[in-house]
Amino acid sequence: MHLILFIIFAALCLTGAVNLLFQKQPINSALSLIVVMTSLAVLYLLLGAEFLAAAQVIVYAGAIMVLFTFVVMLLNAGREERTLGSRAYRTVGFPAVAAILAVIATSFIKLQGFGSARIDDHITSTADLSAVLFTKLLLPFEVTSVLILVAILGSVALARKGDAEGREPK
Amino acid sequence: MHIVSHEVPLVWYLILSAVLFCLGVVGFLIKRNLITVFMSIELMLNAVNLSFVTFAHQWHEVKGQIFVFFVMMVAAAEAAVGLAIIIAVFRARSTLAVDRIDLMKL
Amino acid sequence: MTILQFFLWSVLKVIVVTVVLLLAVAYTVLLERKLVGRIQNRWGPNRVGPFGLLQPLVDGAKSFLKEDIIPTAVYRPLYLLAPIIALSCALISIGVVPFGDPGITGPGNFHFFQIADVNIGLLVILGITSIGVYGIALAGWSSNNKYSLLGSLRSSAQLVSYELALGLSLVGVVLRSGSLNLDTIVATQSTHGALSWNLFGGFQFIAFFIYLMAAFAETNRAPFDLPEAESELTAGYHTEYSSMKFAMFFMAEYANMITVGCVATLLFLGGWTSPFGNLLPTPDNIVIRSLLPMFWFVFKVFGFLCLYVWVRGTLPRFRYDQLMNYGWRWLMPLAILNIVGTSLWLAYR
Repeated sequence: MHLILFIIFAALCLTGAVNLLFQKQPINSALSLIVVMTSLAVLYLLLGAEFLAAAQVIVYAGAIMVLFTFVVMLLNAGREERTLGSRAYRTVGFPAVAAILAVIATSFIKLQGFGSARIDDHITSTADLSAVLFTKLLLPFEVTSVLILVAILGSVALARKGDAEGREPK
Repeated sequence: MHIVSHEVPLVWYLILSAVLFCLGVVGFLIKRNLITVFMSIELMLNAVNLSFVTFAHQWHEVKGQIFVFFVMMVAAAEAAVGLAIIIAVFRARSTLAVDRIDLMKL
Repeated sequence: MTILQFFLWSVLKVIVVTVVLLLAVAYTVLLERKLVGRIQNRWGPNRVGPFGLLQPLVDGAKSFLKEDIIPTAVYRPLYLLAPIIALSCALISIGVVPFGDPGITGPGNFHFFQIADVNIGLLVILGITSIGVYGIALAGWSSNNKYSLLGSLRSSAQLVSYELALGLSLVGVVLRSGSLNLDTIVATQSTHGALSWNLFGGFQFIAFFIYLMAAFAETNRAPFDLPEAESELTAGYHTEYSSMKFAMFFMAEYANMITVGCVATLLFLGGWTSPFGNLLPTPDNIVIRSLLPMFWFVFKVFGFLCLYVWVRGTLPRFRYDQLMNYGWRWLMPLAILNIVGTSLWLAYR
């Protein structure tokens, strides 16, 4: 059961990610990314992280990607143009990516004593998660809330019309 | 093999996350639209999250999952600021092609 | 109970629940037309069948037989995908709602009244609702029509803003019951009838009010129906849709209303428990004992739907800036105050 689910959703993930690369319309890329994120949520569920699976769907697929589609719709982003600049990124970039993949993959395969996941494995409950989050990791948690506040202020300041002194554009 | 006992080796999850990460890097390199370049970054973040959850499962450690939670929060902040920057850039240059956004000043 | 039996039983449950939900959607439309008719001092539909009771079937047949027009300028893949996303998201989230007493189980601890008992049931509902935005957003974008685009831009902004208030208003309830499992949340409200409901006994009436407002906005209902405001945007995001595709959006809206009613019932009104608690004796007959909780559940959801229609018939539509101000400046801070108050009360009780 676990194997079947893993194969289905890993395949969905990879198809979505490859589709993101090949689509020319930004909105199609955004939708493929949503497919990747929701199938990742299922994989989290298979790994026993049920709260994270829900957070993945609510935060990533339901909030961040809505922002992306909103901006795509707002700016009416059309088809992508072919590049005008140098093609150096192909000669340098692709071998580099292949090298990164090779290094990460071999280091993962060589890991010793790594177990396997089954459908009836232990599940990390939301209570377990929050018990650690709100005791040992309280300070990082509070710091992130400050970060979010700064992000809100920053995006409001950036998206506002007018210049730095707050004058309206002519 | 493990296939008979219907288990999935955790290494498969890790390799999936590595492949997703590299697809994100490729997307970052070949996409020419500011928004899709940003989406590739989100793909990379997601790939790393998957490996965090896998390690958390292997070592029965809750902190791995909490780290993913923090990554999500930072990604949300990043998306808000990043998209605001994209809107500001679009307002100034009325294009989203990264090739055309090559001046530091108007 | 073997895997195969479990699978067959689950498929049976899914079919029964889907059919009942679709029927309920059809008759909610009739309920709304009748009630709004009475509020506006007219009769509403009364020609097809006794009291117009067959009207939904005729409406369904009509929209099924209409010509399906696809405008030439639309972006076809997403135009076709959007109503499917909207309807399926609206139907899926009912899957975790418990309709009846989970104490009455079949062989192998099998739940009769709930498709799936999930530990994080509440979050599942929130997640699926947040995916449902894409149906509306993509419909507006792919239609290639400025009214549709305006409608879907409004809708995505509205949904994202009000989802925060909605989520925060539920935190008080979750704090009180200490669980995200819908069965557990209902069980913590079942001791003294209506007195132990979260709405009264839990002092969550502020949260209930916020939930109500945010739920109206989430389902795009009046007074928050700006995405499809017919006096300014023709029909908003579904302007270019006809025939069955339009009917799918219509059904999605009403199915969402029913889901929201179910969630309000589960979280604030004690779910399937009787409002009289132990004042009424528990019936001995197993059939009555399993049907009575379902009756209470349906009764509460019905009351909630009537409230929906009443509000629609009474209040005028907001202006867009009023909507955003109301969501961010009033509901959000109020929800946060409610969380602080509830947690202080729980800590020093």
